[in-house]
Amino acid sequence: MTTIAVSTTINGDDVEYLCHADESLLDVLRNRLGLMGSKEGCGTGDCGACSTMLDGRIVCSCLVLGAEAEGREIETIEGMAHGHDLHPLQTKFLEHAALQCGICTPGFLMAAKALLDVNPDPTEEEIRFWLAGNLCRCTGYDKIVRAVQDAAAEMRGDAA
Amino acid sequence: MSFDASYNEKELNAVGTRPVRPDGVDKVTGRARYGADYNMPGQLVARVLRSPHAHARILRIDTSQAEALKGVKAVVTAADLPDLTDGDASLFAILDNCMARTKALYDGHAVAAVAAIDVHVARKALKLIEVDYEVLPHVVDVDLAMAPDAPVLDETIITKGVTPAPDAPSNVFAHSEFGHGDVAAGFAKADEIVERTFKTEQTHQGYIEPHACVASCNSDGSAEMWVCTQGPFVYRQVCADLLGLEVSKLKVTSSEIGGGFGGKTHVWAEPVALALSRKAGRPVKLVMSRNEVFRASGPTSATSIDVKIGATKDGTITAAEATLRYTSGPYPDTWAETGAMTAFACYDLENVKTVGIEVLVNRPKVAAYRAPSAPMAAFAVESAIDSLAHKIGIDAVDFRIKNAAREGTRSSYGPVYGPIGIGPTLEAAKAHAHMSAPLGKNQGRGMACGFWFNFGGQTCTDLNISADGTVTLSVGTVDVGGSRASLSMIAAEELGIAYEDVKAGVADTASLGYNDMTDGSRGTFSSSMATISAARNAIAVMKQRAALMWDIPVEDIEWKDGQAHAVGASHDNLAPLSVKDIAAKAGNTGGPIAGHSELVADGAGVSFGTHICDVEVDPETGATRVIRYTVIQDAGKAVHPAYVEGQYQGGAAQGIGWALNEEYIYGEDGRLQNAGFLDYRIPVCSDLPMIDTQILEIPNPNHPYGVRGVGETSIVPPLAAVANAVSDAVGVRMTHVPISPPRILAALKAQR
Amino acid sequence: MVQVTLWAGLRPLAEDQEHVTIEAATIRELLSKLQLRYPALEQPFRNDVAVAINGTIYRDDWSQGIPEDAEVFLMRRIPGG
Repeated sequence: MTTIAVSTTINGDDVEYLCHADESLLDVLRNRLGLMGSKEGCGTGDCGACSTMLDGRIVCSCLVLGAEAEGREIETIEGMAHGHDLHPLQTKFLEHAALQCGICTPGFLMAAKALLDVNPDPTEEEIRFWLAGNLCRCTGYDKIVRAVQDAAAEMRGDAA
Repeated sequence: MSFDASYNEKELNAVGTRPVRPDGVDKVTGRARYGADYNMPGQLVARVLRSPHAHARILRIDTSQAEALKGVKAVVTAADLPDLTDGDASLFAILDNCMARTKALYDGHAVAAVAAIDVHVARKALKLIEVDYEVLPHVVDVDLAMAPDAPVLDETIITKGVTPAPDAPSNVFAHSEFGHGDVAAGFAKADEIVERTFKTEQTHQGYIEPHACVASCNSDGSAEMWVCTQGPFVYRQVCADLLGLEVSKLKVTSSEIGGGFGGKTHVWAEPVALALSRKAGRPVKLVMSRNEVFRASGPTSATSIDVKIGATKDGTITAAEATLRYTSGPYPDTWAETGAMTAFACYDLENVKTVGIEVLVNRPKVAAYRAPSAPMAAFAVESAIDSLAHKIGIDAVDFRIKNAAREGTRSSYGPVYGPIGIGPTLEAAKAHAHMSAPLGKNQGRGMACGFWFNFGGQTCTDLNISADGTVTLSVGTVDVGGSRASLSMIAAEELGIAYEDVKAGVADTASLGYNDMTDGSRGTFSSSMATISAARNAIAVMKQRAALMWDIPVEDIEWKDGQAHAVGASHDNLAPLSVKDIAAKAGNTGGPIAGHSELVADGAGVSFGTHICDVEVDPETGATRVIRYTVIQDAGKAVHPAYVEGQYQGGAAQGIGWALNEEYIYGEDGRLQNAGFLDYRIPVCSDLPMIDTQILEIPNPNHPYGVRGVGETSIVPPLAAVANAVSDAVGVRMTHVPISPPRILAALKAQR
Repeated sequence: MVQVTLWAGLRPLAEDQEHVTIEAATIRELLSKLQLRYPALEQPFRNDVAVAINGTIYRDDWSQGIPEDAEVFLMRRIPGG
């Protein structure tokens, strides 16, 4: 099968890769680029474990073709912390015990970050509907919602 | 070394706090490695060919074209997994389930597998495998499978547990019976009786991480496997048995596990990956798709349950009876028996009888799912209890309190209870503000109790003290929900050092002695017991080292607050020695300092919970929203309360999904029609409210800190709590879960 | 002497006895003496049995002592999730 050459930006770095025409962005990230923080829970866009930012929009990377990344900007979970400095969402997920098995966590963090980028002060209902595309089977979502609320408050500079 | 596991009340410092888990940073940065996140040099990609038929005889499999395809390195069928099970029927069922031998028994049953250089070649190869099937009549419904004209899955099965034994084979593998007293006499004394049949549909554990492994068999007979599992030692044993490998030559490393809930206590594709690697002579990676997870890894039983309960007007239950029919998939198992044992376990009953009936159907082999078999039985019983309370006009909580099992009650499954915690959870529910909160239009409230047997099991830990006084703790129970944090806390508590100075990790099978799986709510219960024992052993070593450093008798040394203290008048000018002081000198006082423990953690104690649920039902659409939910459960002692709450909330959410949405839907052709998260809908964030929790702490007498398992019980009450709430809201008794919109609309229509 | 109750599934293997009286100080002794009396119990005793002593269920610790006059119940070893 012939491959397609792609030039893109991932977490701020220029990246070039070859991929098959039918290869998902998720497979490219995981299998070709070693960015295995994005997870495959379903491969059909139902679970959100592969949530990735594409030009500032949250997408299921299992539903995006690797070839579609040409000339675009991608952010993955690997780019969320700056060196050792965790993003407030990452810190709050840890403090609130908002993860048990953790397989869904990268997707939730990416999706929650996308929410706070556009809405720094979401209501509980807004958080719940925004995150409805991300499945978690362990937590019942309670602590995830609280972690997002707390991170949002901290990012706004509100007293916790 | 002898170890006293009995409860000893003392002040705890680390235990009961909420520190960040040791594996946390890896999990929020994407660095944690799960089943599919591991690769080996020269690794091949495996794909599995699965039966499209619910029931079919395999007449011929021709793999020659697939084998001839460039890039294909191995093709396996059942012929490559010879039967080494030596008459062990349950092991044979596992083998046959991994790869169909003579018959495909359900839609999705594996019939062949390939290993190829990449996924494209592997997929192409699957299409080149020719399988001739003789399609047979199938049956998927539990009641239909018991009908006299049902197609029989296994002609060798004659129902066990009935006298006289039937003379013809059927799909009923066994009857089992529990109870005491005389139910007929009990019903004769009743003023009111409720008798109903309930049904529950088959659900899946729904872990977000599909099964995944990398298997590598070497020419020297050694093998390795990286795999997501709840029990690497059990996987090692089962795989070694099925493949004829020497147990100690197979090293199994458990990856981070992306959810299991019982579903990763059984092997599915792992023996197939090993067989492919053995044949290809190269490592093989096998990752299931979500479709395969639903079609071919284990769901729960579907059930049909008759319940009859009678009570006098003053609210005393005089007799209770249930017949519980559970599907087990296409192989014999004991799921109905477990359901029959748990059904009435919450109550003090003079006359009780339960019968469990195991039914074979053309569905995937049933696997454990969090308190396996108990939620369905609790749904039926707690629904009937609720109806009966209404009928005699007594408050549902008071009715349960009046009839609750207590110390000295003969349990419905046989033994007499010691001290148990159902009473306190019911009293807490009665006193909870949730119980008296006002309800709006179309809203209803329900509550229900649940019971589960927790257990312990074989457990082994190593506690090593490094030269700088920090501690590594190796445990053999897979961490499914934060147990590395709780076990680090326990080690810190026992040694008297800071939590940050302990790092717990899960060992592979080559690095630690055998451990049973993380199941039966045993992870923290068992491994904390072994950790306490290991820490005490390490303290004994440190006291000896301190004695050498001080040159005094070891008898004159006391361990307190993480330090060795010299006691006695002649030593009182000696400054205490900390773990760090002692560890720094280890090289000259006898070498590395460690504490080990190998034990059987037993006496886990049974567990009870009470849940309260409010719902709002839209009478136009039949859609239900859970608007408030409260979980009350006894933890014995909550080591890390945030993760205990997490277990309560997670179990409740799974139970709510089971109650309202989740079900396997089969077509007339016996094929699963909703093998994906779009159509098999687990609760999403916008479906649920916050889930309130109340942790009761009634110490477990059989654990040094009083810890009980907390993982499973929380999934037992929700089906009934939700059903009782919906029934309250709509004024019709809902008897079939999931209580989906069509079922609610049908019930409302029937009422009009 | 302890009186042991067998769960229904075991009774056909023990001459249909529901209760058996046996002299035993530990679970191990109890199981070996029962098996001696009813050899057909060997199969379920391999891996299918748990023992409740005064309501506390033991699945593995066969060294557990059986107090005088204890209530002893042989149960099926149940699976977990």
